[in-house]
Amino acid sequence: MAEALAQVARVEGLGMVTIRADLARAGDAIAEAAGLALPEATRIVTDGSRSLGWMSPDELLLILPAPETAEAVAALTGALAGEHALVADVSDARAVFDVLGCDADDVIAKLSPADLAALPEDGLRRSRAAQTAAAFWRIAGGWRLIGFRSTADYLDLVLHNAALPGSQLAPR
Amino acid sequence: MTRTPPFRLPKGGRLIDRAFQVPFRFDGRHLRGLAGDTLASAMLANGQMMMGRSFKYHRPRGPVASGAEEPNALFGLGQGGRFEPNQRATTTRLLPGMVLRSQNCWPSLDADIGEINTWLAPMLPAGFYYKTFIHPRPFWKHLFEPVIRRSAGLGRAPVDADPDRYEQAYAHVDTVVVGGGIAGLAAAREAAEAGGSVLVLEQDRVWGGRTPVDHRGGQGVIDDLLADLRGRPNVTLRRDTMATGLYDHGYLLAREALADHDPNLGIPRQRLWRIRAGRVITATGALERPLSFACNDVPGVMLASAVRDFIVDHGVAPGRRIVLVTNNDDAYRTALIAADAGLEVAAILDARAEAEGDLPQAARARNIRVLTGTGIAKVKGSRHVEGVAICDQSGEGKPNGGIDCDVVAMSGGWSPVVHLYSHCGGKLIWDEAQAMFRPDPDRPPLGADGRGNVSAVGAANGDLRCAADLERAEGATQPVWCMPAQAPYKLRAKMWLDYQNDVKVSDVELAAREGYASVEHAKRYTTLGMATDQGKVSNINGLAVLSTALDQPIPQTGTTTFRPPYTPLTLATIAADARGEAFQPLRKTPMHDWHRGHGASFEPVGQWRRPYCYPRAGEDRHAAVTREILAVRGGVGTLDASTLGKILVKGPDAGRFLDMMYTGVMSSLPVGKCRYGLMCNENGFLMDDGVVARLSDDTWLCHTTTGGADRIHGHMEDWLQCEWWNWQVYTANLTEQYAQIAVAGPKARELLERLPGSIDLSPQALPFMQWAEGDIAGIRARLYRISFSGELSYEIAVPAGCGLQLWERLHEAGRDLGITAYGTEAMHVMRAEKGFIMIGDETDGTIIPQDLGLHWAISKKKPDYIGKRAQSRSHMTDGSRWQLVGLESLDGRVIPDGALAVDAGRNDNGQRKTQGRVTSSYFSPTMNKPIAMALVRHGTGRLGQELEFPMPSGEVLKARIVDPVFYDKEGSRLNG
Amino acid sequence: MLCLTCPCCGVIAEETEFQPGGEAHLKRIGPGGSDVEFEAYLFARRNLRGVHFERWRHAYGCGKWFLAARDTVTLQVYATYPAQTTEPPQNVVDAIRAARPDWTADWTSDPHPERNSAE
Repeated sequence: MAEALAQVARVEGLGMVTIRADLARAGDAIAEAAGLALPEATRIVTDGSRSLGWMSPDELLLILPAPETAEAVAALTGALAGEHALVADVSDARAVFDVLGCDADDVIAKLSPADLAALPEDGLRRSRAAQTAAAFWRIAGGWRLIGFRSTADYLDLVLHNAALPGSQLAPR
Repeated sequence: MTRTPPFRLPKGGRLIDRAFQVPFRFDGRHLRGLAGDTLASAMLANGQMMMGRSFKYHRPRGPVASGAEEPNALFGLGQGGRFEPNQRATTTRLLPGMVLRSQNCWPSLDADIGEINTWLAPMLPAGFYYKTFIHPRPFWKHLFEPVIRRSAGLGRAPVDADPDRYEQAYAHVDTVVVGGGIAGLAAAREAAEAGGSVLVLEQDRVWGGRTPVDHRGGQGVIDDLLADLRGRPNVTLRRDTMATGLYDHGYLLAREALADHDPNLGIPRQRLWRIRAGRVITATGALERPLSFACNDVPGVMLASAVRDFIVDHGVAPGRRIVLVTNNDDAYRTALIAADAGLEVAAILDARAEAEGDLPQAARARNIRVLTGTGIAKVKGSRHVEGVAICDQSGEGKPNGGIDCDVVAMSGGWSPVVHLYSHCGGKLIWDEAQAMFRPDPDRPPLGADGRGNVSAVGAANGDLRCAADLERAEGATQPVWCMPAQAPYKLRAKMWLDYQNDVKVSDVELAAREGYASVEHAKRYTTLGMATDQGKVSNINGLAVLSTALDQPIPQTGTTTFRPPYTPLTLATIAADARGEAFQPLRKTPMHDWHRGHGASFEPVGQWRRPYCYPRAGEDRHAAVTREILAVRGGVGTLDASTLGKILVKGPDAGRFLDMMYTGVMSSLPVGKCRYGLMCNENGFLMDDGVVARLSDDTWLCHTTTGGADRIHGHMEDWLQCEWWNWQVYTANLTEQYAQIAVAGPKARELLERLPGSIDLSPQALPFMQWAEGDIAGIRARLYRISFSGELSYEIAVPAGCGLQLWERLHEAGRDLGITAYGTEAMHVMRAEKGFIMIGDETDGTIIPQDLGLHWAISKKKPDYIGKRAQSRSHMTDGSRWQLVGLESLDGRVIPDGALAVDAGRNDNGQRKTQGRVTSSYFSPTMNKPIAMALVRHGTGRLGQELEFPMPSGEVLKARIVDPVFYDKEGSRLNG
Repeated sequence: MLCLTCPCCGVIAEETEFQPGGEAHLKRIGPGGSDVEFEAYLFARRNLRGVHFERWRHAYGCGKWFLAARDTVTLQVYATYPAQTTEPPQNVVDAIRAARPDWTADWTSDPHPERNSAE
């Protein structure tokens, strides 16, 4: 049996914090509290265990080890005191998958209408995976994909189906 | 003459491998083909020319073409779940063990009872079907309809589920070239040189299109082009891939056959490509047209190109003595190739007055008889060609000779394959010189930028000579739409245009006489071009006949619209991976596995699966629901309410915003308290409801219905972004962040107090419609004291990851209290017992809150809210609207949901007038009687009156109008 | 199937990633409005052949609503622009005029003036 196009694995133990604010005004405060540089539009910055993704013109997503979440929420809330802003722990609302392997691109290309070639190296693409909302970005050896918790089983299934051994997209 | 073996030539056949025999079965007979055969070539190699029957007259049919346009040779293929009807024999590769079934015949292909329709043909003219509608009326119902229904549909639908896998993939390219013939490959090279990514799609397994067959040295040219393209990193060559449809903004659908040749490979059988291309180049070639002469449908009458394809590609002789009939030079290639293969070419009948091009000269040099100005008066034979009667093309068909033959190779010229170009708006022009429609380069399909994004090259663009040998000049094609030109009706009634649907020249003429002047109307009336080949063979010939009948030039008649798909796609390919478990996302709560482990019977609510009830051994659903309700009313139960929408609304203007979103006032809600809210759309109609909790000075949490979470979040963002964009409000949809558990029943407080926690649950500290935050069983939680059952009740929200843990702790702690998990149906019944409305039951998109007696939740003082203006429209305020009431059945029977209450009199359609309808109806275990809610005209003022509900069975159920609150009208049970 | 560029995040995406929202530049009529005005706001839509202003939400992306000027016949997308405006900005009008010199700017006019004036 041929190899799967990529290894699909559920990632546990990540915390996530949604931050909504005027990024032009509060960006520096957020960056400092998050411990990361502010990402450009549609990009994600990563530094060791933490990432900060640009989700919309007034929304960021901080991804970090779960045990650090409460502290980060407090730090961000504090940093944004006096600002019109919203900080919410959304760690439990998400399901995270890593898609790793030399044909990982093929797996994403079967599920999302996004043009992967047009996505910068540090791009974060909000799109869909088959019929459910997802966001993904490149990590070493493949992709990290986040979706909603309730559809975790569905995501797991469609990712594995897309990675079916022998189903590479390369012409045959 | 009779057909004589061998049908497989001793040599030749560029696509077959003579070393590998391939056994297969056709209608139960065991046959053998060779590796590389198509079904058609394998059948021909076995001497089987007849491969099917036509749809209407059940006439014997053999293959007419060699490619995707084949209208006749269609088989039911495979067995069980892999059975597929209408598979074209000319494009399907032969595989070992294949099982082929002939279609459209009974009891067998040779002895088909439906063949009698051939003799009935004079009574089954064009539009016969429509004429049966007219008169006499009883004939339709008792005679025509049953017969037509039984014979409708071509091929049989498979019965079993398809066991194969399918998938889809997206591709984004700068240029996609459709067609891997010489024009496509050359265009791809040009595009690749200019830069950008290039994708080339070829429908066949082999590259080159017609060039390797038609041109000496053609294969070498193709090989050189392929070698060049394979060396370019920006070029992708994909074969076995059929582009089926071109859509807006450069969106191309294509089907790649991955494992059609081996279902046991373990990979998807087919892949649907969704390609987005900056530029589309159609290099789809051209299709040869038949000629219209009498009995041109007898098996053995084939396109000239098909005859030489079978010889060159598969080493198969469709016959041993060939008559070629043509109106162009290209067809002479068939005569030369046949002669090279050792077959006899009895004559070439050329409808043109003279034929002096290089190819005709070459034929004469081979001592092949060329008769110019000559046509076929009639084909002899019924099951297969036995000969032809020849005549002057210019005359009326008086035979002036006969020629024995077993194959007639015909060519009426070529039509560019313009389908993709036309699919999304590209226009065609009539090329008088070549007698063809070709793409109009000045009116191409447009891209998002308004510029043309599709162009055609090669034969697809009308350039039929794009690959021709330079030294061979071809004479002009002369259009021949009827052979002979002055053929009388008797001959025209035997000239087939559409082979599959049995549409003849005389049928199109009849349509014209009966007033079907529009080509689109004539098509529907005659069914011309409505067969599975979708007019690929018949289109141009048909509209030429129509134009002649209407005495107008062809461009004035125009052509019918080409619509996707170019060739049929199976539904499985379109569905791709979205079947079975992956059919659609199935949303699960954090407690889903517990529910399953405890026998939950689930119901879909949007994409969620929620437990409807938890039947125990020996219980049906009704019994389980009854038990669950009594357990809650008498003790304590838990409901998984995690699916309820939870939207955080925060900001300095959040209160003001929510006052616009809800009919009630949310800005005045004190921190720590909850308030029930109604949300309407601008039409004034109720669209959602739920409890709103004020979390802090500038933060509210809005609960929505299960189905409403995403919609209401989008609705809020719409108003914030598009109407009040200066208001400082942020929203966040936190629906999935929290698991939510309703703990309801008189023992709810007792149960919660058993768990360690930091929240004071006393009625004083946490009265009805308040919330508190703290730890419960070591989990950070928010506790809302709200009730949808009418009982003492709490809803506990905890991080989703802790939901199952809390649920299990509750069930452990409450075992001796008889704690019972209850499902959505118990919830529904209990809320109805309390007279609470349910979005989707009491509302249907036409109901305003006032109809439901919810005036208490509508602010009179607010100057504005979404829906307020609409609710003051005259129809919303007049007294005749139906109002919510309760119903009490008079005979103890449950009135069906949706039943209509009749009124005196009848409407204009003679139906009983109505004055109300049942919106919710249950048997209430609590009250031990049926209860119902209904919307009734002037309902609230009619308490005590009786209503009648006629049933389809004829009996009439009766009910009395009562107050909709059936249970605990005082509300004392809210306190346990 | 259309391709649109979300002006809020700059992503080019296909139609399935967006949610359509009907005609743009409607002026909301609240409780003070007349029946005729309110009916026009709620129900009367231009539904025309040619230049059309419409609302879209980048539902599977940044979540923002935006507006598009699109030709309903040729499907040409003249421009997409943020929703926080009551009328198409000048650059959008210019983009339309560049392709359709004969176009008259008419997004504010009542789609059914003859009927409304009769009442």
